[in-house]
Amino acid sequence: MVTSAVPASGTTPLPVLVSKSDIKPTWCPGCGDFGVVAALEMALKRLKIPPHETVLVSGIGCSSNLPHFLNTYGFHGIHGRAIPVAEGIRWANHGLHVVVTGGDGDGFGIGAGHFVHAMRRNVKITYVAMDNQIYGLTTGQASPTSTMGAKTKSTPTGVIEHPINPIGLAIASGATYVARGFSGDVKQMADLIAGALQHNGFAFVDAFSPCVTYNKLNTFDWFRQRVYKLESAGHDPSDIGQAFVRAQEWGDKLPTGLFYKTDRPTYEDLEEVLQAGPVVRQPAGMVGKESILDEFL
Amino acid sequence: MAEISVRTGGAAGDGIASVGDVLAKSLSRMGLHVFGLNAYQSVIRGGHVWFQARASADPIHSQGDQADVLFALNKETAQIHLPSMSAGSTVVYDPEKFELTDSELPVGTKKLAVPTLEIARKYSSQSILQNAAGLGATAYLAGIPLAGLQKTLLDSFGRKKGEIADWNVGAAGEGYAFAEKNSGANDHAVKPTGEPKLLMTGNQAIALGAAAAGCKFLAQYPMTPASTILHWLAAHSQQLGIVVKQAEDEIAVVNMAIGASFAGVRSMCATSGGGFSLMVEGLGMAGMTETPLVVVEAQRSGPSTGLPTKTEQGDLNLMLGAGQGDFPRAILAPADAGEAFRTTVKAFQLAEDWQTPVIVASDFHLSECMMTVERDEIPFPGPIPSLFTVEPNGGDYKRYAYTESGVSPRALPGQPGLQFKAGSDEHDERGHLISDVLSGVPIWVAERTKMMDKRMRKLEGLRTAGPQPTLEGPTDAPLTFVAWGSTVGAIRDATGVLRGKGVSTNLLRIPQVFPLATTALVPLLTQAKRTLLVEANFTGQLGRLIRAETGVDLPNRFLKYDGEPFTPTEIVQRALEVVSHGH
Repeated sequence: MVTSAVPASGTTPLPVLVSKSDIKPTWCPGCGDFGVVAALEMALKRLKIPPHETVLVSGIGCSSNLPHFLNTYGFHGIHGRAIPVAEGIRWANHGLHVVVTGGDGDGFGIGAGHFVHAMRRNVKITYVAMDNQIYGLTTGQASPTSTMGAKTKSTPTGVIEHPINPIGLAIASGATYVARGFSGDVKQMADLIAGALQHNGFAFVDAFSPCVTYNKLNTFDWFRQRVYKLESAGHDPSDIGQAFVRAQEWGDKLPTGLFYKTDRPTYEDLEEVLQAGPVVRQPAGMVGKESILDEFL
Repeated sequence: MAEISVRTGGAAGDGIASVGDVLAKSLSRMGLHVFGLNAYQSVIRGGHVWFQARASADPIHSQGDQADVLFALNKETAQIHLPSMSAGSTVVYDPEKFELTDSELPVGTKKLAVPTLEIARKYSSQSILQNAAGLGATAYLAGIPLAGLQKTLLDSFGRKKGEIADWNVGAAGEGYAFAEKNSGANDHAVKPTGEPKLLMTGNQAIALGAAAAGCKFLAQYPMTPASTILHWLAAHSQQLGIVVKQAEDEIAVVNMAIGASFAGVRSMCATSGGGFSLMVEGLGMAGMTETPLVVVEAQRSGPSTGLPTKTEQGDLNLMLGAGQGDFPRAILAPADAGEAFRTTVKAFQLAEDWQTPVIVASDFHLSECMMTVERDEIPFPGPIPSLFTVEPNGGDYKRYAYTESGVSPRALPGQPGLQFKAGSDEHDERGHLISDVLSGVPIWVAERTKMMDKRMRKLEGLRTAGPQPTLEGPTDAPLTFVAWGSTVGAIRDATGVLRGKGVSTNLLRIPQVFPLATTALVPLLTQAKRTLLVEANFTGQLGRLIRAETGVDLPNRFLKYDGEPFTPTEIVQRALEVVSHGH
């Protein structure tokens, strides 16, 4: 039975840094997700995180194709369930850098429950949500972050539900690094993702990533006219009260940057079994532990 | 006597399960074979719950039918259980709690009025101590030595020993002495037969099997009757180095387990039918991404929430059909605790060897009943090899390479130079998607077919790699029982009863219900003179599967869906019907 990989002859030199894979992104020309994958690549490179120690995990949606476009390990799972897959990976091998990428439907709609619970656990995962306020891959239905009144294929007379506030939800749920970027500003996005990767805890980056095909309301220009940087407004990211207030800003002014950052032990810090090192490297089975049977006598 | 059944009953919250546990363990410590049934309801207080501990010098496989000693904590218990009392049996009760007139007793059943409350009051105002007094009297009638009873009782308090434990031991001693003095002739008592035997529930056996098989990650959401797998592994998590995670729902559970397995550890999740229904999409993802996964499905009475604390084998169709599209899976169905251990070990091996999900199909009866197990029935596997043994460096790696067996070389995150993407979308040998810009293009249409064929070749491998069907008993018997899972236990006991009546039967049991090992199964089915399909569901789900896969119809059926486990007596009756009437 073949269970382990065997090296092929004629090996090529290992890439030391994360780079693009040989798969070309399938996104529409001009899609906001190009800026996000570029920022993620820059951040991983800058921190010299090796591609074989990086796992990109995603669900389903346009943005969930992202893992294929970098030369790392990846798990492209089912809709809305990227976060629990990522948690399982972390708890099996917490030596790995685990990054979840996906969209607003995937993360805040079908996957909202997992999002909230991962944050209260403070699992060390970087979660980059490419938020375009629309379902793109399914050709333009309303999403959990669609603006009130937005007319979409599923809401022809306009959305009548209040949108989710991902930043406020993240702060309230116990995320310990909460930021927002805009794919029109790749440098800032790369800085925020690099900060997330270095953060010991659940790091959430809400990425404004416009859909150029199905969202004619929240366009690149729409965002460009509204975004401002929190650091230039004197925001103190250690102040949870201020962070909540900034999280409520929506309309003519949209803050980007680091909303909130704090230190709290991660799930991995507190799970006793992980203190002996990554579980995948620990001995398995019950050899030498037969005395456990005594409790059944 | 060589065999005894001790029953105790009352309301939920009365401590029936604790009394039952001590009785069962005291009997297994006498070297007897024990089968313990904990019959409870989905309430925390009130209602009617009961426990039966059956013990014998010879192997037994079910809870049996009768009670030889009944300890009734309330009148309702007496009313419900008196009809199943054996000849020469005794009812233990306290007249301070309720009256029991002689006319209420079946012919041949005696009553023993034990002042359990009076004894309890000597120690404490806590009336729960009456249980200990009644337990003492019951244990005397069962033939349990006093020292053995008191040691087991004390052990049941674990580290919480102290005043309360001492009171219990004292009250039990007084109840024991009272029965010794007042019960008169007692011909049901059993005698010690040897060294203590291991006593465990099916779920404990599954948890132990998982640990022995090298499971390093369990994710679970509480659901009866699977929860005690979570409880046992959580209690032993640090000792065994197993990460145990109670997740937010079963969708998270299955995805976490798949993530952990993808990262290289043996992973398991456990649930009942409702939770399994939530895992369905994840199960297909394990099949598509070729990630090993063990899922325990402890069935309970459905449909929907059904009877949460009652047994059934009604989820076979669900397990067979769980997930969109075709992907390889195996479904294993152990019959008793020892086999539950070995089956779980086997499930991990099959999942890893064939890189696909393997379901261990238990049911309430197996999961929650306690059974004695011989040490050699639960062999521990040797050291579990790490999957990191080969760390190749670069090259043209194909995670989903086409192979004859369908199994492709597996790399783990962390191994340099082998980075790949596992995808729930259809993909090529390297894991690249063929679902978006390539699907429908002629060469990729062919590629899709090749990839499906590769995965499904594993199903053919699993057909013979898993546990094969067996025929127990004389090959020329005029009647062949066909069964799966815990139902096998009552049939084994019934077979013995039938033999005593001069009726020869055998048992065709199917430990791997999917994929069926048709090459081995068909001759066994066609050589049977007459068959009787025994299943705990409405439609005869195994029978339907057998007909679909082999063309063999099993027209004689004994199907039960009342939530109660099969009893040997009802199987005997149905078998005699088929033998004498032909159907």
